[in-house]
Amino acid sequence: MLKIIGGAVAAGALAAAALFGAAGAARAADDTIKVGILHSLSGTMAISESTLKDAMLMLIDEQNKKGGVLGKKLEPVVVDPASNWPLFAEKARELIAQNKVAVVFGCWTSVSRKSVLPVFKELNSVLFYPVQYEGEESERNVFYTGAAPNQQAIPAVDYLMKEEGVKRWVLAGTDYVYPRTTNKILEAYLKEKGVAAEDIMINYTPFGHSDWQTIVSDIKKFGSEGKKTAVVSTINGDANVPFYKELGNQGVKATDIPVIAFSVGEEELAGIDTAPLVGHLAAWNYFMSVDTPENKDFIAKWQTFTKNPKRVTNDPMEAHYIGFNMWVKAVEKAGSTDPDKVIDALPGTEQANLTGGVSKMLPNHHITKPVLIGEIRDDGQFDVVEKTPDLVPGDAWSDFLPGSKDLEADWVTLKCGNYNTKTKKCGGGA
Amino acid sequence: MLSGLVRLIAFAAFCAALVAGPACADAIDDALSGFTTDKYDDTDKALQGLVATAAPNGLAVIEALAAGRLLFDPESKTVLYKDASGALKLAKTGEPAPAELAGKPLKTVRVNNRLRRAVDAAGGAFELRSPDAAKRAAAARAVFKTRESTALPAIDHALADEKDAAAKKALEQARAAIILGKADAPEAERAAAAATVASVADPDALAALRTLPADTPVSVKAAAEKGVAAIERWATVANVIQNLVYGMSLGSVLLLAAIGLAITFGVMGVINMAHGEMVMIGAYATFLTQSLIGAYLPALNSASLVIAIPVAFLVAGAVGALIERTVIRFLYGRPLETLLATWGVSLILQQAVRSVFGPSNRTVQTPEWLQGSIEILGVSLTWNRIAIILFALAVFFALQLLLRRTSLGLQVRAVTQNRRMAGSMGIRTPRVDAMTFGLGSGVAGIAGVALSQIDNVSPNLGQNYIIDSFLVVVFGGVGNLWGTLVGALSIGVANKLLEPFAGAVLGKIILLIAIILFIQKKPRGLFALKGRAVEA
Repeated sequence: MLKIIGGAVAAGALAAAALFGAAGAARAADDTIKVGILHSLSGTMAISESTLKDAMLMLIDEQNKKGGVLGKKLEPVVVDPASNWPLFAEKARELIAQNKVAVVFGCWTSVSRKSVLPVFKELNSVLFYPVQYEGEESERNVFYTGAAPNQQAIPAVDYLMKEEGVKRWVLAGTDYVYPRTTNKILEAYLKEKGVAAEDIMINYTPFGHSDWQTIVSDIKKFGSEGKKTAVVSTINGDANVPFYKELGNQGVKATDIPVIAFSVGEEELAGIDTAPLVGHLAAWNYFMSVDTPENKDFIAKWQTFTKNPKRVTNDPMEAHYIGFNMWVKAVEKAGSTDPDKVIDALPGTEQANLTGGVSKMLPNHHITKPVLIGEIRDDGQFDVVEKTPDLVPGDAWSDFLPGSKDLEADWVTLKCGNYNTKTKKCGGGA
Repeated sequence: MLSGLVRLIAFAAFCAALVAGPACADAIDDALSGFTTDKYDDTDKALQGLVATAAPNGLAVIEALAAGRLLFDPESKTVLYKDASGALKLAKTGEPAPAELAGKPLKTVRVNNRLRRAVDAAGGAFELRSPDAAKRAAAARAVFKTRESTALPAIDHALADEKDAAAKKALEQARAAIILGKADAPEAERAAAAATVASVADPDALAALRTLPADTPVSVKAAAEKGVAAIERWATVANVIQNLVYGMSLGSVLLLAAIGLAITFGVMGVINMAHGEMVMIGAYATFLTQSLIGAYLPALNSASLVIAIPVAFLVAGAVGALIERTVIRFLYGRPLETLLATWGVSLILQQAVRSVFGPSNRTVQTPEWLQGSIEILGVSLTWNRIAIILFALAVFFALQLLLRRTSLGLQVRAVTQNRRMAGSMGIRTPRVDAMTFGLGSGVAGIAGVALSQIDNVSPNLGQNYIIDSFLVVVFGGVGNLWGTLVGALSIGVANKLLEPFAGAVLGKIILLIAIILFIQKKPRGLFALKGRAVEA
């Protein structure tokens, strides 16, 4: 008897819990919304990623000063995946399952993004990824605020063809997925533009390569054919400094053989004496030197926040700025931090970027961005020499690769990240 | 552009006389206004316009543009420039700027690569008349590169009264490069020019010979092809030399990185995974020394690298001795524990440096005397690489001397050969251990000074070298400094000989496999120690 009553009470309690469960859980999660930050603070990638952690802390701090989101304060949860790819997945799980964060901002390398993907799918959470990458991906749980290849690589090559009359191309990169895919896209694009195969030289080097003598002298030789030559560099972070030093020392000037880089920004140049590099180029969607009121404001806040009047800003920081504000808007629109509702609310969200335009989240989870080409100045900043008149929409699947030409990503109407327009099926290639 | 400049020089006096005249002044104003729109196309037009109107102050303005000293006031659209001494002057007249303009927020006229080329070409024509023979030669080489046919009158004019032999040769070569591509020049003269151009035998000469227009007479084409063939024949020889020299250079970097390890691992037998971090500490010591000298003793700036050598040695040596006293001495004879403990130490040191200096790269300036390169026999060698080759050899021989000719060296050898016997002869073995480990670490610190010139000064610096260092020491033969020298140089040269056809990634893999096979065959390396020392 007692048992039955006990059972009934328990059942009642369960029902009550079901009724008030949502409110109770929200109460339990306290009066804050947790925001996960998944950037390496130690190991090789700390050089780039720890800055983004600080940028996120600043953005969250700003938002809290404005009153938070949905009347609640935001609470940052910082974890350190230590540049260790499997650890990224573990830490992502820790953030979502244990800390119950509403959203995660994080990752830098493509391999770290790939390693956390299954976790975000399984636990259904939201990831904002702020770095320019090779494309060929669109996931329901991920929002890509960095540039896709058509927002960086292709306009950069176009600029060199038009402005510098480049006829011969060196595609130099570090040997991993981003440079290999980007170079594949560029090679296909250049050939389509009528560049002969012998006018394209592709070169890969290991991570952290420091002996560039042979490669720089090869580039010099390649450039002596009488046709204007340029180097398109997808060389990753650390290897850039010795590369540029060797270029400078061997006397390769930007006026002879310009180098356009996709992973060298203000932060990377802070480690180099830039005087011999003046005139070499970089393609990004943001430069610190862009003269807009929004950007001035952002830089001032950043330098105050870091208490360092010389601290530089860079492109992935702007991507986080856009992504974070889009997330805030989407949460307010959805009236909830529930991942499904936020994922549905995000496409179409607009946010002013720092270069004077308004970026928009697209149904393929990429955003519209302007493309800027900058020349290195002797003070380590960039002079913007070209800016696309309109914002360029990010294309998840490149139009220049045979496998991905027919694919389309659309999470609003098609509900699919790799819809094949030929076979009319969701699920990638035929 | 060039012809314009020649005109500018010729007619400068003409417009100067008329500067008060309204027509001349208006044209100059028009030209100058292009600088104030902050658009590259307008700046380019302004540059051309300035040349066309032969503004009396044009050369000064163009020089200022090249040096980033050309400014404008966005409000009044006045163009100004700073002369070499920093005085603010009006672009139009060259008179000192009125005081009210000096206080305004002036903007710099920006240049991009296209403009930089145009300005260079303009400067080239100007410098052909420089009183300095070296500058005249450099200007002639610039013309050789651009092959701008409009420069021909200026070249001919300069050739007529050139006395300096080197400058004369450069001018003649520049003239040949222009004549070669000039359609209306006599055929025989063009063929002769092809030979002159070919004699220069550098990439620019190749470019000149290869880019002849399709309607070039057959004899000229044949001469050019002959020139190309000659250059290419030499190029294959030069290529081999180049790879050997680059290999030596890579080998000397490996030698520097490994030589400290040859003492701690090779002589003492300690598997020191924190060796790379000693190199990193040396590089940071260099950075600190340079910053301090820059801040307090700017007169010594160019010598800061030399001063950093003893500093890096002492700092890294002290850290090494400290590690030996606090960690390693408890683990002698237990290689596995030593490996793990020093691995832990290396992580602690990395993160400590990251916390103190931040994760970003630090800039170590390259002093002027190490910048640039020289071309020997068609191989371009950068000065910093040459310096590193010499420096590595100097460190090697200094260390040999220390181990062979000093009492410390004698004690080190005694302790490593037979610890108990040495102890009973009155040698304080713990002290010698600490000194030896400190010595090895200090030498690694010196390597950090050199590596700060070619690599990132970041907390990860050491990691990139630790594997290579072990490879060199094991390959060369543990316990033998000569083995380290030969091992480093042969790995370097083999790497560079493989790289051109296997690529950097595959080259490294092939080399690793080769070394593994070699170690299988000769486990004690190239120069194996023989006799009782092996057993100890």
